[in-house]
Amino acid sequence: MSGAAAAVDVGLERRTAPRPVEELDSVVIRFVGDSGDGMQLTGNEFSRAIAKAGHDFATHPDYPSEIRAPTGTLFGVSGYQIQFASRQVFTSGDAPDVLVAMNPAALKTNLSDVKNGGTIIANSGAFTDNSLAKAGYAANPLKDGSLGNYRVYEIDISGLTALALKDSGLSKKDVGRCKNYYALGLMLSLYSRPLDKEEGDVRKKFAKKPQLAEANVLALRAGYAYVEATEMFITSYRVRAADIRAGTYRSLTGNHATALGFVAASELSGVPLFLGSYPITPATDILHELAALKHFNVTTFQAEDEIAGICSAIGASYGGVLGMTTTSGPGMALKTEALGLAVMLELPLVIVNVQRGGPSTGLPTKIEQSDLLQAIYGRNGECPLPVIAANSPSDCFDCAMEAFRIAVKYMTPVILLTDGGIGNAAEPWRIPDPASLPKLEVKFRTDPEGYQAYARDANLARSWVRPGTPGLEHRVGGLEKDFLTGNISQDPLNHQRMVDVRAAKVAGIARDIPPTRVEGPAQGDLLIVGWGSTYGSIVQAREQAVAEGHAVAHVHLRHLNPFPSDLGDILKRYKTVLVPEMNLGQLSRLLRERYLIDVVQLNKVQGKPFKVSEIYDRIIELCNGVPKGVSKGVSK
Amino acid sequence: MNAAAALTKKDFETDQDVRWCPGCGDYAVLAQVQKLMPTLGIPRENFAFISGIGCSSRFPYYMETYGMHSIHGRAPAIASGLKLARPELSVWVVTGDGDALAIGGNHFIHAMRRNIGLKILLLNNRIYGLTKGQYSPTSLLGMKTKSTPQGSIDRPFSPVAVALGAGATFVARTVDSDLAHMAGVLKRAAEHQGTAFVEIYQNCIVFNDGAYDAITDKSMRDDTRLMLEHGKPLLYGKERNKGIRLRGMEPEAVTLGENGVTESDLLVHDEAAEHGGLAFLLSQFDVPTLPVPLGVFREVGAPSYEEMNNGLQADARERRGQGDLASLFNSGDTWTIV
Repeated sequence: MSGAAAAVDVGLERRTAPRPVEELDSVVIRFVGDSGDGMQLTGNEFSRAIAKAGHDFATHPDYPSEIRAPTGTLFGVSGYQIQFASRQVFTSGDAPDVLVAMNPAALKTNLSDVKNGGTIIANSGAFTDNSLAKAGYAANPLKDGSLGNYRVYEIDISGLTALALKDSGLSKKDVGRCKNYYALGLMLSLYSRPLDKEEGDVRKKFAKKPQLAEANVLALRAGYAYVEATEMFITSYRVRAADIRAGTYRSLTGNHATALGFVAASELSGVPLFLGSYPITPATDILHELAALKHFNVTTFQAEDEIAGICSAIGASYGGVLGMTTTSGPGMALKTEALGLAVMLELPLVIVNVQRGGPSTGLPTKIEQSDLLQAIYGRNGECPLPVIAANSPSDCFDCAMEAFRIAVKYMTPVILLTDGGIGNAAEPWRIPDPASLPKLEVKFRTDPEGYQAYARDANLARSWVRPGTPGLEHRVGGLEKDFLTGNISQDPLNHQRMVDVRAAKVAGIARDIPPTRVEGPAQGDLLIVGWGSTYGSIVQAREQAVAEGHAVAHVHLRHLNPFPSDLGDILKRYKTVLVPEMNLGQLSRLLRERYLIDVVQLNKVQGKPFKVSEIYDRIIELCNGVPKGVSKGVSK
Repeated sequence: MNAAAALTKKDFETDQDVRWCPGCGDYAVLAQVQKLMPTLGIPRENFAFISGIGCSSRFPYYMETYGMHSIHGRAPAIASGLKLARPELSVWVVTGDGDALAIGGNHFIHAMRRNIGLKILLLNNRIYGLTKGQYSPTSLLGMKTKSTPQGSIDRPFSPVAVALGAGATFVARTVDSDLAHMAGVLKRAAEHQGTAFVEIYQNCIVFNDGAYDAITDKSMRDDTRLMLEHGKPLLYGKERNKGIRLRGMEPEAVTLGENGVTESDLLVHDEAAEHGGLAFLLSQFDVPTLPVPLGVFREVGAPSYEEMNNGLQADARERRGQGDLASLFNSGDTWTIV
């Protein structure tokens, strides 16, 4: 260790012989530490460096709901996983090849996920008696031989960071906070990434705190130099650049992409955007992103509660702007009554539910898809509205625009489902040319001649009128209204007619959904039907099965209400339909009910995304003739 | 000649049958509001009336303006979104004691806290009428209703005090039976910048008839109500010989000429006082010990929420220029694959 420290002190002293470089197809790295250790930052920075090297990547941040749990505790561990590869990447990977553990608690909570024979880089400086005890270790796992199945590198990241920063003038606490950059430096060096670009980024990021910026740069360099200077690592690794479609890219999380999609909808339609929202994990970042874009025609309103969030958006929509609200499960529950009002008013409105584990407060920072039935059915009365779901971070951009396309064309509230996984995860986004985006046409009625508030066009949509338009003054409300005038009506047959027409309007959107894309054979033994963020795991599981000679098809649904009109025919072309979902079978239930077919469920509700292997294993079982009636959940 | 100037009360009446009970105080409020509208110089199409649920919330159906009869308690939230999206509109909220103070209490206080430019008319009949007679947050202690057969044990609060506590910049009270007074208060509310809150004592003829008899009965009302006038001493009584004097922090009713009391001993009303202390003190007055104040409790100037929001947008555009999609998409770290 002292040798390493000396190497750091003199700067980048090179080994005499070049280190051999091993080529890899893909790597899964997980950074884990205390929730205050900056692991999300390290992960993000590492992803960016990887992206710039031309890799495809996918990430999975996994953090506790406590902002900063007591240090060293098992429940305070925060993690960030990234997979990058020389091919297209759809998930953050099943099992880490490399675990960077900043303390014993992080090692303990994550060790069982690490690939057998995988690499563990442990911050040995944090493996003190005290923190070992907090993590519940009777003996130091780095010393007792219990990690025999792994390649373990003990590096005193805490101590070496302190040494590198001994002249920085920073407090002990601030020095401690630089160790994540040391870890980042280590990993960049190990994976053959250049340092200079990253240094610039650090200085930019900490522009307002130059002292901290320089300290972080020093820590980064020290970590980088450690790998170069010591004999500890026999090889460095290089992952070939992926064969990615040409274009300009940036790294984007799902929440960020959602926000950009809404701004695009506003710009493309020329209609201002209004977000009424109340902070809730994991949806709040959409509010943050839009709040910073007031130089567009964007208004953000942090309301007094979830109800006011949606109600203010309804008021804005009535005013003739693109009203929207963002939330997650419990907040969705609070918005229910107002959603019913929006259905009655027949105004455009978009509601984003960034789903999390439920019920009730549930698992605020963990991933689940259990609000599908709530989205489709969760209101009083016959209250249909369109529901769509995004399948990846970058798909959130397209879905945000699609949500408003449907909302304004059909004069209806639309629910967009994403989840905490894709909301927080980042992936490369191929930046579109705004001119290439689909136009979003919005027409406001201004002609008073023959105006009836609830007269409908061919799509059964009523017209949108901006208050301030002379001669079109009219009243709307939550009471049942006359089929034409919109005045209050309690007439029995009128109510039947209105209930029917609201249902027919939403059902009719199916005509406006493009033909369903089927990956794989157009008919055969096995079709996987998924929705939302299970996309990546299903794609990779199917690819593996196909590579082994199995014929498996995959349909991933964006439109969940109504379903695409060709879905029924597609389902009937396969002997078995497998539906993996992070709930207890909500899409399965909808498919059975709608198409009177059976489906095989694969359900997981552990707050974690599906592993590719979990879906792959089920595919293989079904291909090998395990009775399809047996619904087998994921048990691990 | 602008169109707004030519409007009359009739232009604000709809073709819908008004369905309040005969003799309901809501009729008087509707008529006064319809009379006020054409005097404000605002084109009819620029008015919007938003309500929640309850008897008074039927109001928008009877106003020939833009309007929404929404859901229980949420009118201030809906109206806030509308006002933010369309600051040029004159947005009115019509609500009741249950709608604004029970189920909708949160939206009610936050609208006033923000000072968003809504005119909020709270028709307070101290009872739930539409659900046929349960006690409300303003029903008096001990009141027997269908849901309080032994008498209410809920302590009522004063809507004016709540509004003041929430920081409202315009707070007034009037009563359905005094049309001239109501007209004057509504006019001032209409002209206020920011949130204007008006409590209207309104008689429910079916479920709480006579709730305000003490201050509306012609034989005694001069001795039971205190008409607030800015800059004037707090004088009342048929003979205008009674007044309010402060002893320490305690208000007391006194008679001019008795015990050497002169007009100069009386409290002088100041709507524009920087802090709301006097207004809050007045909000606590009630019969029989003290007269019930009617009129404007407080009117102070403060930037409206929508003005400040416009300021944020203008500032953002000044600093960054009008937003451009291509540069937004390409901001941050980008890389190019060839």
